Amino acid sequence: MELAMILLESMNQGLAGLGAGVAAIGAGIGVGRIGGSALEAMARQPEMSGDLRANMIVAAALVEGVALFAVIVCLLVVFA
Amino acid sequence: MISLLSRFKRCMSKGLTLGLVFGAIGTVSASGADHGEAGFNPSEFIIHHIQDAHEIHLIGDVHIPLPVIAYAPESGQFDIFLSSALHHGAHLGSSGLWYTMDHGKLAAHDHDPTGHDHSAHDHGDDHAEEDHAGHDHEAHHAGGVEIVDLSITKSIFGMLLMMGLVLVLFASAGRGYAKRKGQAPKGLQNALEPMVLFIRDEVAIPSIGRKKADRYLPFLLTVFFFIFFSNLLGLIPFIGGFNITGTLGITAVLATLVFVITTVSGNKHYWSHILWPAGVPLPIKFILVPIEIASIFIKPFVLMVRLTANITAGHIIILAFTSLIFILGEQFGGGVGIGTGVFSTLFMIFMYMIEFLVAFLQAYVFTLLAALYFGEATHEAHH
Repeated sequence: MELAMILLESMNQGLAGLGAGVAAIGAGIGVGRIGGSALEAMARQPEMSGDLRANMIVAAALVEGVALFAVIVCLLVVFA
Repeated sequence: MISLLSRFKRCMSKGLTLGLVFGAIGTVSASGADHGEAGFNPSEFIIHHIQDAHEIHLIGDVHIPLPVIAYAPESGQFDIFLSSALHHGAHLGSSGLWYTMDHGKLAAHDHDPTGHDHSAHDHGDDHAEEDHAGHDHEAHHAGGVEIVDLSITKSIFGMLLMMGLVLVLFASAGRGYAKRKGQAPKGLQNALEPMVLFIRDEVAIPSIGRKKADRYLPFLLTVFFFIFFSNLLGLIPFIGGFNITGTLGITAVLATLVFVITTVSGNKHYWSHILWPAGVPLPIKFILVPIEIASIFIKPFVLMVRLTANITAGHIIILAFTSLIFILGEQFGGGVGIGTGVFSTLFMIFMYMIEFLVAFLQAYVFTLLAALYFGEATHEAHH
């Protein structure tokens, strides 16, 4: 009973940490896929490398943005 | 034999640099471990460096105080004073209100809440003395006055600095172009021209079209350079830790400007796409139109959060690696602190390189998306 009370009190922060970790998984998968397909395309057509690199970086920034939303929400849970 | 000597010299130089690094980190970690009054609190350390403050905290006890400007709507009076006055207890402003700073938040009272002064209000004094250790919510209610905090805080000071910098840089470059018409660019123009042309040719014209890009180019250039320089300022260590674009207030203004410009310059085609999308069956229109209307507001909001989150997260990472040194040093003794110091510093340098990239990238992404939204809004119908 007391263990449950102790757990419930600090559950907020623990779950927030978990949430941030899951967000990192999402970011990792997303940016990994972007990088993978960019490399594949560069291997197929090396002369387009510059173009592909620029677009890859832009797409990676957008995907990272989404993951950072989740991080901001977790920070708000912990500190507000 | 010559190769043996040169190998020995190289080993010595490597050892010397490693020794210097050890020594530097060692002194830093030794001083850090003894510094904290109650040990080292990493979350407080990080929050203190990310949050806005009413002063610029350079090193140790060196502060540069910034002006506090408080406006009381009840009496309509302004109080302006330097934040150094709030270091020791409460400060009596010229309008008769007492100001205190609690965890960086400015509060006003109509009597002295610290109770050290000869105040006539016993009621309020007792409350203040009881819970002065924690949040003085009770003291706030007993005699707290509503104020609007318009102070020049660290982020605002940094923002004004960046505004001045961008203004000075581009004004002088512009004068250079006017003076030397038709000649090769000289000096500052050389540095700024590639970036300006990059924004114009790679961001503005492809998104908005050659004809209309010139209308939005001043805004796009201003936003790009302001965000870029502000991000870079946040990366410079030891000047007080500015976090300008990591402040929600400042990015909110930038996003609002993008929203206003998009909405105002939206043409008939743009609004018809949102409110009555063509080629979509009627039942789906009922779902699609609310989503489109929501996205008018969500897109600038996302711009704001993306910029703030990226920059703040970068600062947190660098601060976390710094505090790792002190945490481990305190936990396991000085030697572990030194060792962690070396590796942490190296990793921090690597993260700094990434942060330089992020500084440019976030400015570029903000500008690119703003240009895309402007292009969408002014896109001519051609089907």
